[in-house]
Amino acid sequence: MIISFLIDSLDRRGRIVVGLLVALALLVPAGNLLVPDGNVLHVSTYQLTLCGKYLTYALLALSVDLVWGYCGILSLGHGAFFALGGYAMGMYLMRQIGTRGVYADPVLPDFMVFLNWKELPWFWQGFDMAWYAFLMVVLVPGVIAFLFGWLSFRSRVTGVYLSIITQALTYALLLAFFRNDMGFGGNNGLTDFKDILGFPIQAPGTRAVLFAASALMLALGFVVASAVVRSKLGKVLVAIRDAESRTGFIGYRVEHYKLFVWTLSAVMAGIAGALYVPQVGIINPSEFDPAASIEAVIWVAVGGRGTLIGPLIGAVAVNFGKTWFTGVLPEVWLYALGTLFVVVTLFLPRGIVGLWGRVVTRRAAPAKEVDGSGRQAGEAA
Amino acid sequence: MSFFRLFTIFFALIAGFQPALASRVADTDLSSRIAALGVGGFDDLEKAIANLAASGDDRVPAILDRLGNGELTVRKADGLVFFADKVGTDFRLTDPVTGVDAGLAPKATVEKVKVNNRIRRAIASAVGALTLMSPDPAVRRTAAEAVMKSADVTALPVLERAIAAETVADVRAAMVAARATALLASDAPEADKVTAIAAIADIGSRDALGFLSGYTSTDGAVGDAARKAVAAIESRLMLWDIGQNLWYGLSLGSVLLLAAIGLAITFGVMGVINMAHGEMVMLGAYATFTVQETIRTSWPQLFDYSLLIALPVAFLTAALAGILIERLVIRWLYGRPLETLLATWGVSLILQQAVRSLYGANNREVGNPSWMSGSFALGEIQITWTRLWIILFALAVFLALIALLKRTRLGLEMRAVTQNRQMAAAVGIRTPLVDALIFGLGSGVAGLAGVALSQIDNVSPNLGRGYIIDSFMVVVFGGVGNLWGTLVGALTLGVANKMLEPYAGAVLGKIILLLAIILFIQKRPRGLFALKGRAVEA
Repeated sequence: MIISFLIDSLDRRGRIVVGLLVALALLVPAGNLLVPDGNVLHVSTYQLTLCGKYLTYALLALSVDLVWGYCGILSLGHGAFFALGGYAMGMYLMRQIGTRGVYADPVLPDFMVFLNWKELPWFWQGFDMAWYAFLMVVLVPGVIAFLFGWLSFRSRVTGVYLSIITQALTYALLLAFFRNDMGFGGNNGLTDFKDILGFPIQAPGTRAVLFAASALMLALGFVVASAVVRSKLGKVLVAIRDAESRTGFIGYRVEHYKLFVWTLSAVMAGIAGALYVPQVGIINPSEFDPAASIEAVIWVAVGGRGTLIGPLIGAVAVNFGKTWFTGVLPEVWLYALGTLFVVVTLFLPRGIVGLWGRVVTRRAAPAKEVDGSGRQAGEAA
Repeated sequence: MSFFRLFTIFFALIAGFQPALASRVADTDLSSRIAALGVGGFDDLEKAIANLAASGDDRVPAILDRLGNGELTVRKADGLVFFADKVGTDFRLTDPVTGVDAGLAPKATVEKVKVNNRIRRAIASAVGALTLMSPDPAVRRTAAEAVMKSADVTALPVLERAIAAETVADVRAAMVAARATALLASDAPEADKVTAIAAIADIGSRDALGFLSGYTSTDGAVGDAARKAVAAIESRLMLWDIGQNLWYGLSLGSVLLLAAIGLAITFGVMGVINMAHGEMVMLGAYATFTVQETIRTSWPQLFDYSLLIALPVAFLTAALAGILIERLVIRWLYGRPLETLLATWGVSLILQQAVRSLYGANNREVGNPSWMSGSFALGEIQITWTRLWIILFALAVFLALIALLKRTRLGLEMRAVTQNRQMAAAVGIRTPLVDALIFGLGSGVAGLAGVALSQIDNVSPNLGRGYIIDSFMVVVFGGVGNLWGTLVGALTLGVANKMLEPYAGAVLGKIILLLAIILFIQKRPRGLFALKGRAVEA
């Protein structure tokens, strides 16, 4: 029933996206496992993993878009939730290594043995159980986001101030996770994973399943986000984005709405991180880098914020560009990324999706100019 | 009796001598006293040493030192005493007085002047006496300090005499302290030792603390007194430590002030978050580097003035870059602060990469001019000239900006635009021009910060990154649109950071501070000194 409700909440375009993602979840692993090497349709394991990574980035972008595009909260710290989910997953994977580590300690991960720790810290307890770890993937980013949002939205910290303190949050976490005595592997982070749910993590089959899981999770995230923004709640969110004070004056508890969408978004980011870690095989504090969070924002801006398809397109396009550039012309990449930031904000306020919409509309009705509704009244005041 | 102690005294003496008036007797007199060293047994030798020391000649310590090392020999042929340096199986003989080479002598033709422990003590005491009795107060002082460090028991009798003869108060104090340490190391009665501890406790330095803490585990009255004295010194040093941390804090605060104040101007006036602000600082630092390189290659004699020359260059470079950014990017985004933030972030990436392409990714070396290197001590606080100059510079920049804001036409217009943009435009202020100038000014000040930071930080393309978040914290904490808020914010955060460091460690201290600021903003979303009025209700 819930599923049919969720499916009903999709518009035509949304159904296409979800359909595509499900097809991707089936076809790409099939192309990797079933189609023989050398065939045009063959997908190498490298490509598979790379695409899986893009999909988790797309989920992160979707979560950023949910708060920024629909509620006007520019988070410069969403990478923190992504990384927290990733660390929760990483801790589970570390516990699965067991005696196969360098020091062969059945309980303690290698870095703890190296630091001469005698027993597992309390916050590592339970991470040997998959259900507990997966629960933490959702709970840790969710609870931290809830507390942070509850404090901030209640005291009406908005606009650039909020952006700056989200950045401070992720920066503080970056510094904290760099510390060895925090118990998260310090500088090196968590790596050398062996198994996930009993399957070897490097095996092609496991990788294919992880890819499919990423695609399906992204589809689920898309459906949930779609359900949220197309509901009455979503309308209130847009109202908050465009005129926060006015929405409050009408009688909506603005902070409750913001807190809900903020926490939901953080949970989505956490899940994205959890799917990211087993595919890239490492999680370290650099994921908390404020620069990484800002990059996630630019994916959304490039794709088109305030649309649900935009962040997916943006995340994949920008990251594909990054992979390509850093392979071919590494020194040009930062120029390209920097220019992208400037050009998109100046000339493409609605991103690729907006550009496409303009082209389509112009062809349909050449005389009528599209209203550039990307501009936000609440910010313009 | 250790020769290390003797050496410390000896080198203290040598070090102290250069400016001192040499005290010398006639060469022949000295030669005859030296010749006596080669005659008779140990008793005679001891007397000869005393006699030699009594000459008070400044060459004596070196001679005695070589005697102690067994490097004095008697030539059997004429009974004369020489310095002997082993060359193969032979000895090269040198006249101890004149330094004249007396040729090589086979081993059989010379005989070493033998020393035993009694003689070594005699030598140490003679050298100590010579230095402690030296006519130069600086030499006496260094000698006393050397005795204090070594706690040399054998120096006690000499010290007593020296103290009795001493007329300069602080040299005397150093000698009394030295006597106390020597006394403590000797087998003197307990009561004397307790008095000695009290005397050392009065000095209260780190050396005294280190010395006394060696006695805290002793039983009886000495141990009690030592423990009490250590506690007293520690509490005194703790106050100095607080002072030192306060100084570090002020220093960090001044750096933060320099980095943040330009940001405060642009953010305050235009509500624009300039993420490329850190890169303006970086540009300033690279401008400094370029100026210094040019000077190094073309006009090396101007090196000491390189920073002064770099100041206007860095200011103009950064200001020009700032105005360009404002004209090309930011002015299209007014009223959309979040987009401005993203666009300027893009600009910062481009600038970083550009500098990396031009100058390379490695750290660049910017030298300290001579007037900025070195340090001095204020009590127990170490103050480096670099830090002192940076604090003064930060304050000067701050005051100059205040004066600009309060006393000039531009400042007036700027304040008007800050308070109410529409009204300012309505009364004829050209707000776009003001915007561009203010952005240039803010960036230029960041460039000045770069000059200062080039002295204490690595000049690399990532220089700005490290300061941008801290600068934002300062501005937001202090309150937007208020320079005094920025000053208070910067100094508070700097001092708080350094005060937390000893307890929490550098990283944890910073984390605590960041979290504290996040919580503080919840309480006062507009910072410490918020602008009041309708203008800020966006």
